[in-house]
Amino acid sequence: MREELRKRTVTAPDGQTFEIEPLKDYFCEAQPQVQRPAYAKIVEDLFNWARSESLWILGFGTGCGAIEMRPLMTPRYDAYRFGIQWRPTPRQSNLFVISGYLSVKTLKRVIRSYEQMQGPKYVVGLGSCTINGGMYWDSYNTIKQLADYLPVDVYIAGCMPRPEALLAGFEELKRIIRAGKGEGANRYAENFEWYKANQKRVIQDWDMPDYNW
Amino acid sequence: MKEMHARLRHRHAMGELESRRPDLAFVSVSKDSLRPLLADLRDREGFTHLVLLTAVDWIEDNQFQLTYLLHDRAAPRDLGVRVMLDRDNPVMDSVHDLWPTAATYQRELREMFGIDFPDSPRLDEEFILEGWTDKPPYRRDFDTLEYAEKTFTHRPGRETHDPATYMKQKLYPDGA
Repeated sequence: MREELRKRTVTAPDGQTFEIEPLKDYFCEAQPQVQRPAYAKIVEDLFNWARSESLWILGFGTGCGAIEMRPLMTPRYDAYRFGIQWRPTPRQSNLFVISGYLSVKTLKRVIRSYEQMQGPKYVVGLGSCTINGGMYWDSYNTIKQLADYLPVDVYIAGCMPRPEALLAGFEELKRIIRAGKGEGANRYAENFEWYKANQKRVIQDWDMPDYNW
Repeated sequence: MKEMHARLRHRHAMGELESRRPDLAFVSVSKDSLRPLLADLRDREGFTHLVLLTAVDWIEDNQFQLTYLLHDRAAPRDLGVRVMLDRDNPVMDSVHDLWPTAATYQRELREMFGIDFPDSPRLDEEFILEGWTDKPPYRRDFDTLEYAEKTFTHRPGRETHDPATYMKQKLYPDGA
């Protein structure tokens, strides 16, 4: 456990002392909740249509696949015409593209970032590494299967997939969302224990709250 | 390079000069004479830059080999200084006071090979790995495949093929 997360007594400038327990005081302990669909199917369909047309990607490149994002942003492939844009913070984004290999160290940051995103949120696994480890199949420090740790909606195979493949993958994700099957955040909330157990099995030094945001 | 080696031989116990190129050579020294030699090379011979400090695991000989690669900008020339350590008790003197950059290399070697450098700054902090509990992963007796199989799970229904036979079957299905 990191120093700043430990329980300790602090003296304020005016001489008052008080105890702080960062994991309880600074973070919310509530577990993620399943988000119920809207009261009528037609309304939920409208919501899903709106969600599918505004996929905002978190600007977080985990592996070499992040390089495929640059041509997507720029005029040649121009993903913006599909309602896709990149955002600098997890609070503003709803799509997490795991771009390539994911080391255990990065997985920790990915989990933190994913949990900070607001639902409904989606995960796209890009490249062979997220499916079965890819060329890092025997690496001691790279996960093999992304779906063990986060709920994945779409995989885009390839090493690397071209920007066209990514666009096709995003179109596929839109179809899934419009069909009402983009329930990754709810699956995460329902199987929260299972995901946490998997995450903690590989992240040996778990030094953050279980669900913190 | 040869003259320098002949000159230094009087002062330090060191092995033969193994020349690789006119401007690159290696020399082996014992553990105790490394520090005075490095100080000498830095202050008198112009090898002011520590390019890298790395290790090799000679598991068959039960030894670790440390290589201190030094660079002389003025000449320009490079000299690698090699030290053999006992693999069962890998402890080496820190040279972070000669080159501050050595501290970073020593942290890495400590984490990846388990070689100890007493008094090196921030040695016990994690360098690349986080929460690593197994044996140091760059040691050759660490089986990375076995560790990966044990720690991470495969996708169910995954098949593996031998690339040579699989491609042969794909390209020449009638066995031609």
